[in-house]
Parts: sequence; C-alpha cells; structure tokens
Amino acid sequence: MNVAVVVFPGSNCEHDVVYALRGVGANPELVWHRDDDLSAFDGAVLPGGFAHGDYLRVGAIARFSPVMAGIEAMAAAGKPVLGICNGFQILCEAGLLPGALVENRDLSFICRFVHLMVDSTDSVLTSAAATGQVLRIPLNSYQGSYTAHADVLAEVEANGQVVLRYCGPAGTVDDEHNPNGSANGIAGVANASGNVVGLMPHPERASEPILGSTDGRVLLESFASALVKV
Amino acid sequence: MAQPQHRLLGMTDGEFDAVVGVLGREPTDAELMTYSLMWSEHCSYKTSRPRLGVLPTQSPRVVVGPGTGAGVVDIGDGMLAALRIESHNHPSFVEPYQGAATGVGGIIRDILSMGARPIALWNQIRFGDLDSAHNRYLFGGVVAGIAGYGNAVGVPTIGGEIAFEPCFDANPLINVMCLGTLRAEDLVLGRDVEAGAVAVLLGAPSGRDGIGGASTLASASFSGDDQEKRPSVQVGDPFAAKKMIEACLELCDRKLLVGLQDLGAAGVCCATSESAWRAGKGIDIDLDAMPRREEGMTPPELLVSESQERMLALVDPKDLPAVLEVAERWETQAAVLGTITVGDTMRVFEKGKVVAEMPARSLADGAPLYDRPAAKPDYIDEVWAADPEPVPPDDAGGTLLGLLDMPALGDRSWVYEQYDHMLFLNTVVPPGNDGAMLRVRGTSKGLAVSSDGDSRRCYLDPRRGAARLVYESALNVAVVGAEPIALVDNLNFGDPEHPEVMWQFIETLAGLAEACGALGVPVIGGNVSFYNSTAGGHIQPTPVIGMLGLADPMPDRPPRLDAGEEGMELWLFGGVDTPDFAGSALAKLSGAEPTGRPLPADPGVGRSAVEAARRIACSGDAAVVHDLSEGGLAVAVAEICIRSGIGARLDGSDWRVLFGEAPHRFVAAFCARPKGVEKIVGARRVGVLGGANIEMGSLGSVALAQAAAVWGDAIGRRMRGA
Repeated sequence: MNVAVVVFPGSNCEHDVVYALRGVGANPELVWHRDDDLSAFDGAVLPGGFAHGDYLRVGAIARFSPVMAGIEAMAAAGKPVLGICNGFQILCEAGLLPGALVENRDLSFICRFVHLMVDSTDSVLTSAAATGQVLRIPLNSYQGSYTAHADVLAEVEANGQVVLRYCGPAGTVDDEHNPNGSANGIAGVANASGNVVGLMPHPERASEPILGSTDGRVLLESFASALVKV
Repeated sequence: MAQPQHRLLGMTDGEFDAVVGVLGREPTDAELMTYSLMWSEHCSYKTSRPRLGVLPTQSPRVVVGPGTGAGVVDIGDGMLAALRIESHNHPSFVEPYQGAATGVGGIIRDILSMGARPIALWNQIRFGDLDSAHNRYLFGGVVAGIAGYGNAVGVPTIGGEIAFEPCFDANPLINVMCLGTLRAEDLVLGRDVEAGAVAVLLGAPSGRDGIGGASTLASASFSGDDQEKRPSVQVGDPFAAKKMIEACLELCDRKLLVGLQDLGAAGVCCATSESAWRAGKGIDIDLDAMPRREEGMTPPELLVSESQERMLALVDPKDLPAVLEVAERWETQAAVLGTITVGDTMRVFEKGKVVAEMPARSLADGAPLYDRPAAKPDYIDEVWAADPEPVPPDDAGGTLLGLLDMPALGDRSWVYEQYDHMLFLNTVVPPGNDGAMLRVRGTSKGLAVSSDGDSRRCYLDPRRGAARLVYESALNVAVVGAEPIALVDNLNFGDPEHPEVMWQFIETLAGLAEACGALGVPVIGGNVSFYNSTAGGHIQPTPVIGMLGLADPMPDRPPRLDAGEEGMELWLFGGVDTPDFAGSALAKLSGAEPTGRPLPADPGVGRSAVEAARRIACSGDAAVVHDLSEGGLAVAVAEICIRSGIGARLDGSDWRVLFGEAPHRFVAAFCARPKGVEKIVGARRVGVLGGANIEMGSLGSVALAQAAAVWGDAIGRRMRGA
C-alpha cells in the first residue's frame, strides 16, 4: 500500500493527505516533483495547493514537472491515481482526465462544507461507497468549476465517469446546490477505466469526528483498497 | 527653494543633526536614506517606546517578550507558540489588494523568523460605511488580497474581526496576526552569533518597490491626494513566499541557522543592522551580491527596497554549502550578502568601495525618543456629561432585526468562506465562533485565539474601553475552554504630534496595563500604528487585541455556537445587567454619535467570569457558551439560534437588559442543567431554546427564519450594492 504523495513547489495539502491516508491504513510517502520514477509505488495522490503558484494557468506548468512522467506511467499501468483539488486540475491539464476547471461562477474563493452525491461506484475513489450516498466534505477552491466540451461531457456522462456531483443535504442535484457552476454539478470525474480520479472537494478534511465530518473516509478507504489490489 | 534632502525623507532637522553627531560627519546618500528609515516612527517606535513600559510583559510562560520578531510562550511538553500582530493600514488604503496581501506576507515572515511554522492567520479590518462604493472597493479588495495571498501561501486564515465606522472612511485599518508553533529546541534567537558568520539573503530578488514605505507611508498622515504614493506599496508573490518558508523551516529543522530575520520595513538595512546589533556584533555587506529585478539600482535603493518574500539567515560558514543546497532544492534564491564582524560597525560595500559606514546600534536602537505632550481632548467632558440611553424600542423584534442587519454584527461567512480556514486539519472550532480552537497534534492541547478591537468605547473613554477589550478577549478564549495565557496588541491611533491623540494613547495603555495585570496575562508583543489621520481628521483610538488561550487538555467537544438544541436552558453569567449604552450597537443603530461614559471593568468579576466560562466550557455540560458583546443578550442569543437553527424563548421584560452592553457577561446553553449552577458567578436563568421564533418575553418576537435571512445577508446585500 505504498502511495506517493507528490509535492510540487506551492503544494500545501501534502501533509494533510499523508496524515489522512495513514488513518485509513495506507503507507504514504512524500515525493518531490523532480522525481520522475514512481515505479516503487502502488499508486499516487496529487494533493491540493497552488503548484508552481498556479501561474500562467492552474496546472499548466505542473504538467511539465518531471514527476508527471511517473504519474502517466502509473495511470497507463492501471494503478490508482488520485488528484484532489489542485491535483485534479493538474490531471485535467495533463490530459489524464477529461475536461478542465475554471473560475467559480461567483468569482470568489469558496471554503466551506458542501454535499456530494456518489453517482458511480465504478472508480478507485468510490468503490466502497454506495450509489446515491450523500457525503459532507469541504470544498476549498477558486478555480473549481468543472467544464468540458459538449461532446466530451456527453461521453463522460454516457460512460458513467462522473463519480461525484454537488447536491443538497438530501441528495438533490440542482443549480441551488451547485456551489461553483460546475457543468452538470460535476465534483469528481474518473478516466474511462476508473483508475485515475479527480475531485475538487477535500476528503482528507473530512476524516475525523473532531473536524466535523468523517464522510471523506469512505473515499480514502476506497482508494487505499485499490492500492492493495494492484 | 528646494527642501534639504533629509526633510524630503521625512526627517526633522534635529534628527539630521543627531545623525551628524553619531557619524561625526555629514551622512552619505545611502546613510541618510538608511537613518531616515530606521529612525522612522514605524521602525523605531520613537514616540511610543517611552510609554510602553507600563504594560506587563512577564509570566512564567513567556520565553520571548516584546521587541523581537514575535512573542513566544511555553505551552508545555517541549512546545512553544509564537504570536505576532502588525498593521498594514496605509498601504491597504493606497492599494487594497496588494496592501493586505503583503501585510499577510510580512506577518508570516515574522513568525518564521523565530523558527516557528506559521499555522494560522487572523485579520482585524475596519472600514467606513459600506454605503460608499469606495469603501466597498476597499473592503472587497482587502478581503480578496488576504484570500489571494493567504490561501496560496498555504497558511489558513482562522478568523478575524470586522468593523465599519465613519472614522475609517479615509483611513481603513488592516491589522493581521499570525500564530506559529515550534519545538523548544528549534527556537532561533540570533543572539549567539560568532564573527565570521555568513549573512545569506534568501527568497525573491529585490526591486524598486516599496522604497521608503516605512517613512513616507507608515509614518506620515495622508493629505487626501495619495495615489502618487502607490509606488511605495509592495507587490506580493505568495508562491515565492511558500518556497522560502519551506526552505527556512528545513534549515531550522536541520539546525543550519544561527539567526533568522525577515526583511520587512526598511529592507536590507533594517534586517542587517538589527541582526548585527542583536548578536552584539558588526556586519559587512556587499550590495553587488544582491539578486535584483531591475537594472541600475543605487545603493540607497538596494538598502531600503521593501521587495517582498525575503529573509536574512545567519549561517556558520561550515554549514553554508548545506544551506545553499536546501535553497536550491526548494527553488528559492540564496545569495551570500555579507559577514558578521567583530565590533559594532555596519559597513556597506558597492563595487569594492564603502558607501556607508554606521554603528549598527545607532540604527537598531539609537533613534531619538520623543516625550510628546498629551492633553485630554475637549470632547471628553462633553460626551461624559451626555446620557447615552437610546429611546426605548417600540418593538424588540424589529430592533433585533435592525441589529442583526448591521454589517459588523451580521454573518461574517461572506468574508471567512473566501479564506482557506481548514488547512493543516487543526481547526476544531472554526471561524464564526467567539474564539477559534486549534488542536496541537501530538499533544492533548488546544490553542484558542480570539481577536477583538474596539473604537467606539475607546473613543468615549480609552482607559475603560481598552481594559474592557482585554476582558472581552479573555472571555472569548475561555468560552471555548481555554485559559488566557498571553496577548499581543495592535494600537491604531491618529497623529501623535497632536496632544489629544497622545492622551488617548497613554490612557489606552493604562487601561490595557490594568486589565492585563488583573488577569495575569502578559503582553508578549505588539505594534503601534500612528498617523492614522487624513486631512486633519484622526481615527477613533482603536486598540486591537490578539488573545492566546491554552486548553490542556482540549475539551473533547468544545462549545460552538451551532450546537444548540431544542429544550436547552439558557443561563446568563458574570457581570451585572446595569444598563450600559455608551458606545453600544443599539446607540449606533439609533443613529446617534457615540456618547456617554462606558462602565468600567470590574477586575474581581472579570476574573471570575473568565474562570467560570472556562470551567463550564470544559465540563461537557454546555453545548454552547457565548460571550455577550455588541447588541447584548438579545444578539448573543439570536446568534446561537440562527447558527443552531432553533428558536428561543427569553424570560426578560426589560429592554435595557436585552440590549445593554455591560461587561463580563456570557450565556450558556446546557444539555443538562449542572448541579450547583446557581452558585456560579452572576448566574440567572434567562430562557430556553426551542420553537421557530426568537421570543423576548413581553417585549416582542421575531421569526427565526426572518432573523436568519437578515443576518445572513447583512454583508452580502451591501456588497451587491443593495
């Protein structure tokens, strides 16, 4: 269950992710962005933060960091790869996930708990959850609005690659409960084979009762169990 | 006729003569620039220092008191906490986004300079009324700047304080505070530094930004036409800061440093002279070694540039290769700027020639001190003679709605939801409560922090107002279960060359000293911001407190405002309900200028209330414990109701009790009424949580949903211009 937690200059959630992954029994290790060989690991997490300052465009510089060669190899080999927040943005920018993340609808940073509905359990992030399950997890982003070309969106929907959608406390997916204007309320999306997943909310921030929610654990546990299977 | 150069740099003729006296000759351009900055009010505290001695600064927990990068206290188990507060008032008025952003950057570097990891930020911000589009621009820009910088630099912003008063119309106040933690053995003091130690400049290259910021912006009043001062505001780069922070923390962790100081006001000349002086040594610096962003910078510009994201490390020469390797790995620039020398002389070289040669002590600790005259302002007797009691409200429900609609009393989530307040997974009691609580991982402890400021009450009686502020801040950390152990203060005042401003300042210090003494809480650091005056008008005297509390052990479930439930009894504790409307929210709502004389703090009751609140919060008996502040009991209970989503039935029948603001009071909502509750200081049952309305006895009622809607949109609707 060795999992690489990638540190770009400007990452800031790496220690939180390590802490939460340990809490679900995984064995995380910090890996600097200049390392390009991740073959010793069973999976990888790209944590939240501001890789390379988010300069130019979120993820635009990070996708050229040497470590991305290792991430691409891992993704191609079917190993679990998870991008959280900035990590999600980087995976999209690198073409490992469909779509892109743009500025929130209201053009302000959003840090608060949101509700998510599990739309597919066919991914390394959601395998232990139940379809329709509602999770309460913090969001923390400025460029968190998911968007994709209409054809790509249709394909992603048809393939069941949408794993999480923003919703209300009772699971209602609608504009009112869409915090940032994401297309179809998409909060998390997987690649076609389900081993690469990105989501904007932070499951590591909802992994202990004292933090106000433990709903992120089911996602981290799904991910940890995928590490074992590889 | 052209002014002499020293006057253009903000120096008096007497100060110039003093420089000539120190040097025994006329200063060079570089020297004059350096002295003008180091002897500015902002850097030297030449007006405030003679007065600050009244504040208590010692306790068994204090490791480092005022006068260094940050105050440091021992929180037990080999752990220390570092706390520091600063103002960035003038830069934020000139350029709100960058002014606030660089304020955040500076306070983070202060904490870092002690060897501590910055773990949380607060900000205390004050503006004129949001009816004005310019104030909305300033408020929105400041919040965006704090968010844009703080979120990206990777330090969570856990809370703060907001106020809107006409006196801040032309002089907003932007105070920022940072908390850090460190292991005792990692503390960096920079005192044991040998001659031969290398001074390494870390971080961003230097440019012409912020030239003279400390003298021309921070130590002078505004005239009203200040856009030309914009080049004196620095520009922040949180990404450069983040890399530099991680590099510095690794250097501290690996014991590769003997000294560390941030470059803030007055840039290189301040950091080098203070580092040398602290070590009791001199320093040689070579300006040719400075990485720079711009061509053709002159020695004075290089010495005083306030470019952001720079630190000065003092390093044993044998560790220099390791230091450079760490910097390279974190992709942060490092340049060997100079060497610590025997003696007291700071020598500055450019192209092999000495361009400045000054005693380091004369810069760091040699500014002339001023005993400025003080006189009680004329308005004081006038306001004290007046009766502050407003006209009794016809309908307490309508009055309560009016109070909840005040932007300083309404929902602050419009602000704090723009800040990452959850990073590091330590935020146990989040923003939106009286005090925030952070767990200290690896221990059983929690650190509670509250930030509180006041201008209306301090305007009416600075001594009483300041004392009450300390008690209120202490109560705010007590209600989440912590014991107040130290505080930092940021003293925002007008032009000290006016005797009435000096009187306000001296009275404020007296009030702070009285309350800190009575509570046994030392002042471990602070900042004085004078010259908050525009076009002849001074701001109201505005002390801002950052109170640090220690909960050991931290309660399993610290009380929170949103934890109230149907049927819980509401009890009021602490001070008496003597009507007190001087400077109150109700008086402001009624449109009156602040008037009257606030009640004094009662040290005995104040101490008992703080201790009682802490005990109740730790007992597990109370779901909610909440300090009574602006708007009194009615607003405090309404906040519990709105946050918990449940109504309340209050027994009261006297509107003065509902809306008065007498000191030392707090309310608790009990899961089960504890035995002996009536013996707790000032205990009286005031009602019960339940229903869909906030009912205030015979005085009126308001629907919870309506109260929640008004409160929830108090800031948002104004920012939409509605």
